[in-house]
Amino acid sequence: MSDITRSTAADLAAQLSAGEITSVELTEAHLDRIDAVDTRPDGRGVHAFLHVDRDGALADAADSDARRARGEARGPLDGVPIAVKDVLTTRGLPTTCGSKILEGWVPPYDATVVARLREAGLPILGKTNMDEFAMGSSTEHSAYGPTRNPWDLDRIPGGSGGGSAAAVAAFEAPLAIGTDTGGSIRQPGAVTGTVGVKPTYGGVSRYGLVALANSLDQAGPVTRTVLDAAMLHDVIGGHDPRDSTSIQQDWPSFTEAARAGASGDMSGVKVGVITELAGEGWQAGVMARFQESVDLLVKAGAEVVEVSCPSFVHALATYYLILPAEASSNLAKFDAMRFGLRVTPEGNPSAEEVMRATRDAGFGDEVKRRIILGTYALSSGYYDAYYGQAQKIRTLISRDFDAAFADVDVLVSPTAPTTAFRLGEKLDDPMAMYLNDLATIPANLAGVPGISVPNGLAEEDGLPSGFQVLAPALADDRVYRVGAALEALYADQWGGPLLDRAPRLETE
Amino acid sequence: MTATDTTLMPFDDVLAAYDPALGLEVHVELNTASKMFCGCPAVFGGEPNAGVCPTCLGLPGAMPVVNGKAVESAIRIGLALNCDIAEWCRFARKNYFYPDMPKNFQTSQYDEPICFDGWMDVTVPTEGGEDETFRVEIERAHMEEDTGKSLHVGGSTGRIHGADYSLVDYNRAGIPLIEIVTRPILGAGERAPEVAKAYVAQLRELIVALGVSEARMDQGNLRADVNLSLSPKGSGTLGTRTETKNVNSFRSVERAVRYEMQRHAAILSGGGSILQETRHWHEDTGMTTSGREKSDAEDYRYFPEPDLVPVAPSREWVEELRGTLPENPTARRARLQAEWGFSDMEMRDTVGAGALGLVEQTIAEGAAPQAARKWWLGELARRSNEDGVDLVDLPITPAQVARIQALVDEKVVNDKLARQVFEGVLAGEGTPDEVVDKRGLAVVSDDGALGAAVDNAIAANPDVADKIRDGKVAAAGALIGAVMKEMRGQADAGRVRELILEKLAV
Repeated sequence: MSDITRSTAADLAAQLSAGEITSVELTEAHLDRIDAVDTRPDGRGVHAFLHVDRDGALADAADSDARRARGEARGPLDGVPIAVKDVLTTRGLPTTCGSKILEGWVPPYDATVVARLREAGLPILGKTNMDEFAMGSSTEHSAYGPTRNPWDLDRIPGGSGGGSAAAVAAFEAPLAIGTDTGGSIRQPGAVTGTVGVKPTYGGVSRYGLVALANSLDQAGPVTRTVLDAAMLHDVIGGHDPRDSTSIQQDWPSFTEAARAGASGDMSGVKVGVITELAGEGWQAGVMARFQESVDLLVKAGAEVVEVSCPSFVHALATYYLILPAEASSNLAKFDAMRFGLRVTPEGNPSAEEVMRATRDAGFGDEVKRRIILGTYALSSGYYDAYYGQAQKIRTLISRDFDAAFADVDVLVSPTAPTTAFRLGEKLDDPMAMYLNDLATIPANLAGVPGISVPNGLAEEDGLPSGFQVLAPALADDRVYRVGAALEALYADQWGGPLLDRAPRLETE
Repeated sequence: MTATDTTLMPFDDVLAAYDPALGLEVHVELNTASKMFCGCPAVFGGEPNAGVCPTCLGLPGAMPVVNGKAVESAIRIGLALNCDIAEWCRFARKNYFYPDMPKNFQTSQYDEPICFDGWMDVTVPTEGGEDETFRVEIERAHMEEDTGKSLHVGGSTGRIHGADYSLVDYNRAGIPLIEIVTRPILGAGERAPEVAKAYVAQLRELIVALGVSEARMDQGNLRADVNLSLSPKGSGTLGTRTETKNVNSFRSVERAVRYEMQRHAAILSGGGSILQETRHWHEDTGMTTSGREKSDAEDYRYFPEPDLVPVAPSREWVEELRGTLPENPTARRARLQAEWGFSDMEMRDTVGAGALGLVEQTIAEGAAPQAARKWWLGELARRSNEDGVDLVDLPITPAQVARIQALVDEKVVNDKLARQVFEGVLAGEGTPDEVVDKRGLAVVSDDGALGAAVDNAIAANPDVADKIRDGKVAAAGALIGAVMKEMRGQADAGRVRELILEKLAV
């Protein structure tokens, strides 16, 4: 049974289709794995999950098996279980966003992504840990305690979606959903040796995604292989009338794009290496792996050129004005009036006093920091200098992408500047923490799609690094094609998945 | 010493020393089927918090989608107000905390309103019989969503301060609103209160003609905020303004402007200065009281709503909507006057009483023009004066007025009884027919009952009966009077006359 949890989703789909396994067996195996590695008496569990829905997942699995027995399977992934980041609403399942302020809240509705998973027959194992309201790069800002990196339990799994990445890396789930506002899918993917995709902005519905920064947020796949990510993307993507920013167009099959890429042939593909995403602060082992990946692509027939995106040096500053501004407004609704935590001070407090006490007790320091930043940036007299200026830089960053993509098919960079750092190492240094997203943020500011694919272990610490592929908006198929090619080239070189080299987690 | 809140300067003295500047902000609640940003019914009332969903309740994760019908209504209002229509505009978030606002920001429009730079000519009748026209410039008309409604329980004031607890009904949250803002209206002088009233009344008439709102002020479908400031006469400057809310009728608009002019003048002439603030109008006392202080420092931290895409109405669509506009008010009046055969005086009185639309609708329901005019400008105008409410806000509909006239035409009631039917309908006793039934008002034309009364009248007045037998048919009036008296007015006079002549074999 333990073997099942190490299979890819594509393999599981094939086995389900062939009648070799049932969804109930599969789901149970993952629930057992969660029991074995996620929480431990010594506190050294992975802690990828905030909530596990054993009964619901098994009931969904039984329904899936019954459907399949009737010949009514809803799609290739019908019956393959999945974990969902706790920032997407799930009807009847708690949704906390990693915050005390939502402790105990059970949404009355499903996010569109979740509804599409249910429609496609994927049993939902549970909700995964995250930095509070997706603010962070280490999952240490979760109000419910950090998630640990399966490669080294003393290290961070990245963030904000460290729970989803760790769940997949620790074989607790074959698939997971993440959300990416400045790298929260891709950077955890890089530091846990997994695959993460941020789709084109508007490619996947945001309805039911509790907004961090509405103009940057995008949900996407968190998996162990590029093909699995593509199959999941095909399920969750597409236009949603409930999200006005969702794009109305017919998308190509990403599954087909990934299968095509797996041939490893890169001839005719022009790849741009972003010169600005290298230099001081970039770990030598990460840069070495990156250069190796570029060399592999060249060997496979790709034409590689250097491309300058001069405005990218301002991306971090721009991001930390736009994100807090939108977040400060989004988080205003957490006021104890209609849902979630309510703290009532002594005496006969006014509504305003209840709001203040609740927000004081319910939000963590990083959330408060960003609410204060955003409130300031939007204030009259500062708006033009901060928020207004940031929007102009955002336009310049989009123009850099336009200019680059006029010349190349895809842009590449290391996904994150370093491998996983130690728990607590950067907790007191917000700037050091923010710098982790240097390479991922430009894609969110411009709305373009990106993937992170594992590209080996850094020499100095033996920890995974990630290779980022960016494509023009709407051309998500390119990140799957190039990502799958690199994955196939490495599979030949390594003789097996990178995660086979991760230490086995102790089980009870 | 500065003047207190309640010190007023006589109106004529105000005008000798100051020029008033008016500004009106009118919120129109649209009658779309669904709310501004979700599919919930746009109907306020009913079971509290039954007409809500994740979006209008502001639940985490929910997103807005713009109601296309509301955009259409906004454009039609803008076109009717001679506005330019934006080729591209966005919604913005207006951030402030209040328990009846689900997201703690209102989705509104800020510096990119959908309609802007319009005007409306407002007609104010003068005592000399000549109409005077003021051009009111419209700065903007923009789209936004309504808030929920708070009910403060306990305490003495019904206000949030001092209440034991508060309840919030979110059924109203998200109902589409169009806010129409004028530029400062200068030069109205002594006519400022009337201009304000006429503007709101004419705007309402326009909204009704467009069919985009129920536009009842008493129901809050149409809400006016009155901005007023005074400046030293001839100075050409603008003084500090106050914004008076809770002005729920045309009469109140006029009274509130007058009151604030007199209050401002008293303060300014005493050397004081006006506090820029929101004030509340009190219908019962005819006064305003201070609300929250509203300084320019209040910071709503507006920024474009990132969950919505820009609204970009095509020019073709705008022109198509222009084709659906009702005729302009001046042309409409001329046409109606000709159709109805009203004299100039009758027409001016009808317009002046704010009854033009009501009379029109009553006629559309089948009443003759003169009958419709008679009831609205007679019986009903009397009642509206007595009760201190606008004609439109009386609890009676044009259809009911037309029905009462039909009852008169059908001889079910006579004019005198009809007045009792009006009384019953206004008292909430039901439809005109129900009131006739419940109050037993139908005239009697049944020969049995009438015959007995006629016999009694003949027996009691033998002299009159003889005169009639002698051919003095005109004397029958006295007998009819006697019969009506016995029947308490509920007899069909025509049939009584016939019976008398029959029985006396004339």
